[in-house]
Amino acid sequence: MEDIDAIAALQDPVRRRLYEYVVAQGREVGRNEAAEAAGVGRTLAAHHLDKLTEAGLLESGSRRLTGRSGPGAGRPAKVYTRARAERAVSLPARDYRTAAELLAEAAEQAGLDAGLCAAARRRGEALRGSAAPCSGLEEALAMLAARGYEPHLESTASIQDAEGAKETTGEAAAVVRMRNCPFHAVAERFPPLVCGMNLALLEGLLGTDGPVRARMDARPGACCVVVESSKTNIH
Amino acid sequence: MTASVHAAHLAQLNVATLLHPLDDPRIAPFVEMLDPVNTAADGAPGFVWRLVEEGAADATALRPAGEDVIINLTVWETPEALWDFAYRSGHLEAMRRRREWFQRHVEAHLVLWWVPAGHLPTVGEALERLADLRAHGPSPRAFTFASSYTAAEAAQHLQPVRPGKP
Repeated sequence: MEDIDAIAALQDPVRRRLYEYVVAQGREVGRNEAAEAAGVGRTLAAHHLDKLTEAGLLESGSRRLTGRSGPGAGRPAKVYTRARAERAVSLPARDYRTAAELLAEAAEQAGLDAGLCAAARRRGEALRGSAAPCSGLEEALAMLAARGYEPHLESTASIQDAEGAKETTGEAAAVVRMRNCPFHAVAERFPPLVCGMNLALLEGLLGTDGPVRARMDARPGACCVVVESSKTNIH
Repeated sequence: MTASVHAAHLAQLNVATLLHPLDDPRIAPFVEMLDPVNTAADGAPGFVWRLVEEGAADATALRPAGEDVIINLTVWETPEALWDFAYRSGHLEAMRRRREWFQRHVEAHLVLWWVPAGHLPTVGEALERLADLRAHGPSPRAFTFASSYTAAEAAQHLQPVRPGKP
């Protein structure tokens, strides 16, 4: 299916709600759960989830949600996750990806990391559009979401439960992780260069002397940066 | 044939030319990362082996490629395991700051090649693979992440001259 057809499949509002819900979970989602989240019946949800799979926007698998197996365990449930493939449409046709890859290749060969990071930091500062640094993790979540990082709060197990505490102390108990790398294709090809650029961009965006800071903490399948309260100890 | 493909591991060599000696304060942040990053490698999924100098925790004092060139020689179960460790672990931070500590290499500084599982590559063998990559470009004998070959491709090409001794 062509990108434009796949994207057109999201025009239906129910389908779009289902897609956005599955994407936001970052894990396998069953039909019942998705139906409930989208506020529609299970049959209708199943129909749209399968349409999204046909369009190549979701991937489906089956899993026994009960954990049992063998006769009597029941039929495996169908589960959905976001497809890995990227979809993009540009009218008129543009090819910024090839430009980005070529520029990154040249920057890598010439060793231009420092210059690239300086430019990224300046761009981040300009995007922030305010002299004050980011005020806290809540604002960071909004800023990162607006830039497509798909941020989510993750509580840090090593820190004592600060739930219910005031914003300032509560923040120390969580970090912001990001499910999506907006620079995925070039980051995969030139990880140190592009991940360094991404970190510098986020440092500029959040401000370096404020209540939150960005730091590199790469994990498989996610953005390489984590955002945390500046009060969190450096280890 | 199939068995030999499944029993292949990926060897990796990279060389890095230090801008300053290892005891120079400007290199200290890199030296501080050595132990935690090496420990992370030892526990990483798919890690098989890394070269260490006898009686030492790492290979930084071995200088087979030049007085100021440190080497890193490792074996992994799959390219994906190596990639995830190199670029999706604490090791990425060391990579990100590489220009602060190492000279930019004009020639290839990383080479990958397949070895039979259980074979631990020697430094000489590793440097030969790097020389092969530099002289002939990527091939099933010596390649990079950007120009990768499968163990099956390597086995096909290497059948007649496959190294048999451990």
